[in-house]
Amino acid sequence: MNLDYFQLIDRIVDLNLEAGTITVEAQVPEKHTIFEGHFPGFPIMPGVLLTEAMAQSCGWLILGVLKFERMPFLAIVKEAKMRGFVSPGQLLTIEAKLEHEGSGFAVAKAKGRIGKDLKCSAEITFGLAPFPDPVFRTHMDAMANKIGFPLQAVAQ
Amino acid sequence: MSSTFDQIANIIAETCDIPRDTIKPESHAIDDLGIDSLDFLDIAFAIDKAFGIKMPLEKWTQEVNDGKATTEQYFVLKNLADRIDELVAAKNAGGGAAT
Repeated sequence: MNLDYFQLIDRIVDLNLEAGTITVEAQVPEKHTIFEGHFPGFPIMPGVLLTEAMAQSCGWLILGVLKFERMPFLAIVKEAKMRGFVSPGQLLTIEAKLEHEGSGFAVAKAKGRIGKDLKCSAEITFGLAPFPDPVFRTHMDAMANKIGFPLQAVAQ
Repeated sequence: MSSTFDQIANIIAETCDIPRDTIKPESHAIDDLGIDSLDFLDIAFAIDKAFGIKMPLEKWTQEVNDGKATTEQYFVLKNLADRIDELVAAKNAGGGAAT
């Protein structure tokens, strides 16, 4: 995780466009100023960042489904549940599944685990829009390479 | 079995917390019920799921923006119900999504 740049996903472990599923990993940093305030003496990942991590996981899945032709923007978060604490240094594994691809929107569900322990879950809706700027698209291509997005999967 | 309109009205009532008895076939989803685009995403998801279709919202919106259709054709609920019935009929006929 690069919290300063809001890049929460480190690597894509598995992407299955046919099944509409993705598995990603996100290494929670050992140290960050966020943990100095959240909370002193008891550092834990803020629920909003776990939610964002789930949203980014779903986002990469949807980008794959859409073959990077449109960008998913976060619109609705439902049933966001923080089921347990996530601490500095832990490896968060997030699985997401596409529930529905509608006209101009998509809905996915995500679950985050530490080991086998379920820590968070949510149903997330995205609005789908053309990339508003070519710089943005170039950035997403670079990010996709960085996190090991299997670009051959969307070329088929 | 409830009518398409009743199913839509129930979805809108539940999704947008609008009293069911205020939702009429003549109601305009935007002008009368005050449903915004974000809530309509939720409604579209529920309708797509309930009827096993994919409402072509983007195409409809484009038609309205281009002046080729009016919002009443798609967003007055009795008309929306007709559009959904057409989509369901097209799906059942094996012709894919009617747009």
